Amino acid sequence: MAGTAVLGRLIWQFGTLAELVQETPKVASLILDVPGWTGHLAGQHVDVRLTADDGYQAERSYSIASPPEDSRLAITVERLDDGEVSPYLVGELRKGDKLELRGPIGGYFVWRGDDERPVLLVAGGSGVVPLMAMIRHRAANHLKTPTRLLYSSRSLDDVIYRAELERLASAGDGLSVAHTLTRMQTPGWSGYARRIDSAMLAEVAWPKAQMPIVYVCGPTPMVENVASLLVDMGYDPASVKTERFGATGG
Amino acid sequence: MSFISRGFRGKRRDTASSSRLPPGQYLVNDFPVLSAGPTPRVPQAEWSFVIEGEIDKPRSWSWDEFRKLPTEQVTKDIHCVTKWSKFDTGWTGVSVDTLLEGVDTAAEYVVEFSYGGYTTNLPLEDVTGGKAWVAFEFDGQPLHPEHGGPARMLVPHLYFWKSAKWVRGLRLVNEDQPGFWEQNGYNNYGDPWREQRYWGD
Repeated sequence: MAGTAVLGRLIWQFGTLAELVQETPKVASLILDVPGWTGHLAGQHVDVRLTADDGYQAERSYSIASPPEDSRLAITVERLDDGEVSPYLVGELRKGDKLELRGPIGGYFVWRGDDERPVLLVAGGSGVVPLMAMIRHRAANHLKTPTRLLYSSRSLDDVIYRAELERLASAGDGLSVAHTLTRMQTPGWSGYARRIDSAMLAEVAWPKAQMPIVYVCGPTPMVENVASLLVDMGYDPASVKTERFGATGG
Repeated sequence: MSFISRGFRGKRRDTASSSRLPPGQYLVNDFPVLSAGPTPRVPQAEWSFVIEGEIDKPRSWSWDEFRKLPTEQVTKDIHCVTKWSKFDTGWTGVSVDTLLEGVDTAAEYVVEFSYGGYTTNLPLEDVTGGKAWVAFEFDGQPLHPEHGGPARMLVPHLYFWKSAKWVRGLRLVNEDQPGFWEQNGYNNYGDPWREQRYWGD
């Protein structure tokens, strides 16, 4: 139980960039070798610290994208043009470079996969990252937990993990993925083409009688809206877990 | 510190800002929202604030009663454990000293508890002596529900998760009782100047 768990100090440790995967024009996954990584839960994040040659430092948090089962640790980072850390991680960092990090952090926005309840995942933009760790954890353990992902992106080109999500959703093991594109639709697009609203949630979300557990991650207005709509639909507020990604500074 | 992130230069602040930024923090101009679940909507007519626990007679205020208490306007820097800091935030609220006036208690700790079930714990001495407020206005406007309205705690010398949103009361306790984030990996005390973010910091 969280309240009784004993955890030592989270020490700063080094990861080495083993692979860089460009997910979309602005988003990349950093696959890191982290010797001595003690493991994590799907949904947790890490702190990353950069140090300039005069000792100046900057820290940010990033969600872990890899499932606990992977030998390497992956974070997926969106490059913010006016950011301080993300343009370094997506643009400057090269294979073989070292990156200082500590974690895992956060004991609430996690999915262990030991729960029978159906899962509803709602993502906005790069808010999909911690939810992807849950989906990958589910796949790695061949779990059949009924799981639905509703994923809002600006355009098809902005959809992170598109091919992998398509492959996992076609496995027929109880995962379904619904996309909505809010700004630009590709000709022939047959998915949703608007911001998430109550009608969309009524179609995608599990009936409340099934006692689903919900994870919502994205920019604040989207998270606020989705969480409120779910409560209006009769979802127990305690079953709706939310996480925001920073809209600033990153 | 011998490690250098190859090619990292960073965006430096002027020295005046830097001296006001605790380690690991960066400055923002907007007001990010952090919460673990849906935003509770609490009408003022249904709102009340209580002080309970190790106290002879619990105290309780309705919204109207609460708003008749003397208020203070304070300007404070705030620091969120997710690393953003915001300077010179303006609040109107009732000092916890006012709420506890005349209370005789042996309690050494306090639990802030909220509509929606959130809790956070701290030593009683961290909410007394002009260090904490129950705030109901931000920048002269009623506090928006996303930021904790109708009223939230303001304990600006600790990381901002110690300033409970949608606060419903204070429980005076003899023994420290870790709250929501304190049970989920975050530091029991949360001093930003000592960078006490997580367990063991």
